[in-house]
Amino acid sequence: MRLSCPCCGPRDRREFTYYGAADYLDRPAPDAGLDAWDSYLHLRDNPAGPTRDLWYHDPCQSWLQVERDTVTHAIHSVAPVAGRRA
Amino acid sequence: MRYSGLRVFAQGLAGNRGWKPVWRRPEPKAEYDIVIIGGGGHGLSTAYYLAKNHGLRNIAVLEKGYLGGGNVGRNTTIVRANYFLPGNSEFYSHSLKLWEGLEAELNYNVMHSQRGLINLFHSDGQRDAFVRRGNAMLAQGDDAVLLDREGVREKLPYLDFEQGRFPIHGGLYHPRGGTARHDAVAWGYARGADRLGVDLIQNCEVTGIDTRQGRVTGVQTTRGPIRARQVAMVAAGRSSQVAAMAGLRLPIESHVLQAFVTEGLKPVIDHVVSFGMGHFYISQSDKGGLVFGGDLDFYASYAARGNLPMVEHVMEAGMTLMPMIGRARVLRSWGGIMDMSPDGSPIIDRTPVEGLFVNCGWNYGGFKAVPASGWCLAHLMATGAPHKVAEGFRLDRFRTGQGLMDEEGTGSQHNLH
Repeated sequence: MRLSCPCCGPRDRREFTYYGAADYLDRPAPDAGLDAWDSYLHLRDNPAGPTRDLWYHDPCQSWLQVERDTVTHAIHSVAPVAGRRA
Repeated sequence: MRYSGLRVFAQGLAGNRGWKPVWRRPEPKAEYDIVIIGGGGHGLSTAYYLAKNHGLRNIAVLEKGYLGGGNVGRNTTIVRANYFLPGNSEFYSHSLKLWEGLEAELNYNVMHSQRGLINLFHSDGQRDAFVRRGNAMLAQGDDAVLLDREGVREKLPYLDFEQGRFPIHGGLYHPRGGTARHDAVAWGYARGADRLGVDLIQNCEVTGIDTRQGRVTGVQTTRGPIRARQVAMVAAGRSSQVAAMAGLRLPIESHVLQAFVTEGLKPVIDHVVSFGMGHFYISQSDKGGLVFGGDLDFYASYAARGNLPMVEHVMEAGMTLMPMIGRARVLRSWGGIMDMSPDGSPIIDRTPVEGLFVNCGWNYGGFKAVPASGWCLAHLMATGAPHKVAEGFRLDRFRTGQGLMDEEGTGSQHNLH
């Protein structure tokens, strides 16, 4: 598996650290309540197929949002988390 | 047909022409009392114990492929009870006791071999942690023996004790640990359940879960709708997809764990050896293949195959621990799909939908749990109360933060176990 870092180009999977589902980008408000925090921290769609998740590129220290397929391991897109539209 | 040595002998004389199919292939009925989704080890043992322990008969197990075609055939066959935390340790202790009587119970050879398991340690701190774990195992009523370096050398003379990175200081020996033939466990439970009247329905994929006013009423399948009063989702590896049919999101992320087997060799590794610091463990199958594995690839995956960096890592760890295996040739590798829960412990519980139960989140530990998992889910479904050794496996423990069972002490968060 290779991911294309927007800063560094195509790189080996070993340069990247997986963090988890892109759910982590939607952090609830501190007072959003137990259900919202449970959903944010624990509950996952966990799709078999296209998914969005977060990876960290260790050499350039950038957080990336990756669209990929959990069944085929195909990578569809890699975009920086920084500067994304909320 | 009851199996015995005499029958094997008689069949041998008769040219082995008298063996019968081991289970029926029934058509699904329109209605059952209980439907179990998933014909793997856990689903089959649940059906068996519902029938055996609780006298229930009107049960169907629905399997989308063939019986035992999922993770029960994709693990590395290790059976042990060396857990530390209350909640886990009594459960796995119960499971090991069931394993010890399983062949007599099922009248089926599951090749359970209590060859002993040795967890190696490499520092004083790790030694202290293993002393503590060993004491917890003894307090639970199981067995544990602390071995010093010479004690390990006596059992495992082929290890590289002086390796620079992780010199071996000793090991925690669990004599009742060992291995079993994984497929045979599924087949044995399938045969046992079938003999008690359970319908095992293969090539029957569940495509929907029917509910009415917060209560489960049945399932939709590729072989037609089936009504049921109780439905259990026992589909580790696909738990999230099955639960989604009932509108539930589970605290599960699926990861791939790779395993490997070499060509058959003469007996060389007598125990199960676990090298935690190198993320490597190994045993030798009765057929002679060295069966070994490592850690997760560490990204969500349903591919049932991994990537090469982890292959390299596992091979390096194996060579570090026991350089002799460098001469063996790897025959096959594969990946299992792990239901990873945030705290690394499983879930056997009701769901918010009345009559719908879930058994999932087995992380790397599902195989050894097969007997007790079925035993406890059957108890929960039949009596309405959790079995006392599985009370901790609650679905809501992440939401409430109460009763988390984080065996590794790394935190209750996805991707840490």
